[in-house]
Amino acid sequence: MASAMACVLFLQGCAGWQSALDPKGPAASELAWLIWFFTGLCAAVWVLVMIALAAPLVLRSRQRTEPLVLDAGADDRKFRVVVAALGVTALILIGLTLLSFFANRTLAAIGSDAALTIRVTGHQWWWEVRYENAQPNRILTTANEIHIPAGEPVRLIVTSTDVIHSFWIPSLAGKLDLIPGHMNVLDIEANKPGIYRGQCAEFCGAQHANMGTFIVAEPRPKFDAWLNEQLQPAAAPTSGEAKAGGDLFVKRPCVMCHRIGGTRAGGTVAPDLTHIASRQTLAAGTLTMSRGNLAAWIADPQGIKPGAHMPVVSLNGDELNAIVAYLEGLR
Amino acid sequence: MSSADLTSERDLPQRDTAGKGDLAPERDGPRDTGMDDASLQRWLTQTWRTPSGIVGALSSVDHKIVARRYLITAFVFLCLGGLNAVAMRIQLSGPRRGLIGPDLYNQLFTMHGVTMMFLFAVPIVQATGIYLVPLMVGTRNIAFPRLNAFSYWIYVSGGIFAWVSFALSMAPDVGWFAYVPLSGPEFAPGKRADVWAQMITYTEVSSLAVAVATIVTVLKQRAPGMSLDKIPLYVWAMLVTSFVVVFAMPAVMITSTFLILDRLVGTHIFNPAEGGDALLFQHLFWFFGHPEVYIIFLPATGMVSAIIPAFARRPIFGHLGLVLSLIAVGFLSFGLWVHHMFATGLPKLGASFFTASSMMIAIPNGLQIFCWLATLWDGRPVIRTPLLFVFGFFFIFVIGGLTGVMLASVPLDLQVHDTYFVVAHFHYVLIGGSVFPLLGAAYFWFPKITGRMMSEALGRLHFWLAFIGFNAAFFPMHIVGLWGMPRRVYTYPAELGWGNINLFITAGAALFFLSFVLFTFNLVHGAMRGVPAGDNPWDAGTLEWATSSPPPSYNFARIPVVSHVEPLWAEREAMPVATGLRVDARELLISTVAEARPDIREKSATPSIWPLLAAVAVGATFLYSIFTPWAIVWGAVPIAVTLIGWFWPKGDPEDEE
Repeated sequence: MASAMACVLFLQGCAGWQSALDPKGPAASELAWLIWFFTGLCAAVWVLVMIALAAPLVLRSRQRTEPLVLDAGADDRKFRVVVAALGVTALILIGLTLLSFFANRTLAAIGSDAALTIRVTGHQWWWEVRYENAQPNRILTTANEIHIPAGEPVRLIVTSTDVIHSFWIPSLAGKLDLIPGHMNVLDIEANKPGIYRGQCAEFCGAQHANMGTFIVAEPRPKFDAWLNEQLQPAAAPTSGEAKAGGDLFVKRPCVMCHRIGGTRAGGTVAPDLTHIASRQTLAAGTLTMSRGNLAAWIADPQGIKPGAHMPVVSLNGDELNAIVAYLEGLR
Repeated sequence: MSSADLTSERDLPQRDTAGKGDLAPERDGPRDTGMDDASLQRWLTQTWRTPSGIVGALSSVDHKIVARRYLITAFVFLCLGGLNAVAMRIQLSGPRRGLIGPDLYNQLFTMHGVTMMFLFAVPIVQATGIYLVPLMVGTRNIAFPRLNAFSYWIYVSGGIFAWVSFALSMAPDVGWFAYVPLSGPEFAPGKRADVWAQMITYTEVSSLAVAVATIVTVLKQRAPGMSLDKIPLYVWAMLVTSFVVVFAMPAVMITSTFLILDRLVGTHIFNPAEGGDALLFQHLFWFFGHPEVYIIFLPATGMVSAIIPAFARRPIFGHLGLVLSLIAVGFLSFGLWVHHMFATGLPKLGASFFTASSMMIAIPNGLQIFCWLATLWDGRPVIRTPLLFVFGFFFIFVIGGLTGVMLASVPLDLQVHDTYFVVAHFHYVLIGGSVFPLLGAAYFWFPKITGRMMSEALGRLHFWLAFIGFNAAFFPMHIVGLWGMPRRVYTYPAELGWGNINLFITAGAALFFLSFVLFTFNLVHGAMRGVPAGDNPWDAGTLEWATSSPPPSYNFARIPVVSHVEPLWAEREAMPVATGLRVDARELLISTVAEARPDIREKSATPSIWPLLAAVAVGATFLYSIFTPWAIVWGAVPIAVTLIGWFWPKGDPEDEE
């Protein structure tokens, strides 16, 4: 029954965007293979046990009412079968243990020559992403969306400043915890350009559910262009409304938390907004990027992510529109 | 001494007792030697009765009365925890449902975990042991009966403490595991995490008390002749479990105490900024948390080992092998806590060691399965409700065990850790491995406890509802977990395509919950209207079936003498008995550890209200201590007073009545 159910459920789904069964990188492929192998072997063992359970009910017909008190030696044949089954169990387990060791080695070898290092820091409830570079002026800090060159291993150094989070992009690699006071290293690689979704996997408080992230894998030239663009200070507002919005932004509490490169806004406790409009989503994967969602998020962050650390800033309709117009221009 | 010698001796060996004084106390009263049955029962009823009235009820130290309260209380907590689960499943039945917000949802899943682990699973297996172990080893009461009564009051007040805090929206919302720093002073303001910390420490006191009482009962109060190789497997399982409790529970009590120190006193044990370490919490917690699984599972294997022989109509196959695997599982359970922490980035070599040790525990567990199957192979078993639940256990638990093998693999775990795959896995292990055997045990021992049978027809219906509901609810969780759904999320986006499968899961959960409604009806109906059961309705072989159903307050009119693992099957006519105990005082027969030779006669405690008062004092201290550390200082006074009352005077316990 269970296996029949599994088939039906597999056919209807596999959206794949955030699935360990739809690997898009070498680490996830290795893991998916391992998952299928373990599943197959375990299913076979399970079926054998069920046959062994069902057989005496189906095959035998005698029913004993008086309890049998055994004399010594009557169970010899069963004893041999049980010992044999135990031996097979031990062999299977040894095999699976070795398989795990080898898979571990394969995974460890993936990122050994990574050219790009990205530092990912978990916050309640968003991701700070910093592209390391030997030249200080080429270090880029952004949030929630991670761009990587496709087909190249990338080294992530992950940690946290508040509680424990876990970085997990199932279609690229297994998860790794972000622990305050610890630096962990995770190597990822995407085989092909694409957008892969991930999510915090360790319970981290009120908005754990809405702590999403995206990996955007692009061909190397496109990635380099993106990096150079992001390194630029924020675009100056063009329209009058946007200009007013920019002024409002630095006058209002927004500036206490957010940074916008090239302006007086220098807060570091919340996501960097220098190029916010170039990202796919808002509020760590919660809303798709659009004018309406931007306005909704600023007007009522607690309605969208209850418990999030972004407070409601009182703005009238014009002020809200102005700030949204300004942020929309930050590409 | 062989058991044959003992059976020929119908009286306690009258040894030279010079210098011991135990066998010939100063005030000697009438003994059961040679007394006729009617007057013997009159004497014993008078001696062992629980006083009437409310004070009498509150001061009872009869292990059966305490166990019944435990069982009913734990069942109530099961229902409450189940309602939490239903609420969560309704919220998760579709993407972006707005029924339950994150604040309530996080309290819900924390309370679900806390309730199921600390207020249901551990107490109910221990309560079953409190009821059955003294009967199965053939003694008149559990060891330390007042401590046993105390443990119940501690447990029930701890549970009420947790649930009242939930009603006041003060329930912990940091997960049942309460990882720091999330539960630390900086990120969990308010009193919620303090409630978690103190409630854990507090209720585990009761768990430890029961474990100690069980160990002593099994090792020192066994009927004459019940040498180590003749102890029923269920009793072995409870013995091993109790040792695991004794070694595991202090770890979680240390964890919760460190946490409350950080929160209340301002220590920095877990604060990395001040040289502490957040990972230390996880090591301590899982050093308890993994054995916890086996604390829940081992007693269930004991139940399976009791039910299978009764319906397969033969002694269990591989008794010695099963005993050794129980002990091996108990040991190994302490060596694999790190497999809960593979994603924390521990050194690879260390993690691989825990892969190997986690895989290894499948070997003794496999042996248990093979021995049970071998027992069933011998002849066609009589299929009644208890055995049906054992079949359900096989079907479900084996899946849970195999996914456990998957989780033991470091690389594989990195994909499925903290996803619904893990949620599916441990519900397969805990519900399949423990709740299904417990339900089977409920049908199996219900006639012993109440003297009446539960309905067989309703029992079968209950089984099928529970079996189908369970699998429909939890099997798809494996799949949605592999599709990337993390656990402990109160909502999820529609784009990920998890909506339909979650709706299906919720429907299964509703069916599973419904099966418990039916079970509750069957319990109540059985207790009130069930067919009278007789002493031994299943014609089973162990000692608890030798006495009447329900057993009298003194359990056995005369202490049986055992010469076989299934003494009732070996002695189809009359049980040999040992006599020589006083009937005007609560005397127990204490036997030697290995061979169960009669050793001394020992008085068992009389009813007392002090265990309840002591529990109230301890409870008030813990409750107060979530507000100020000074509670420990002030609370010491009433605790001391009640303990003095409990142990005062130091003479003959008869004087206290």
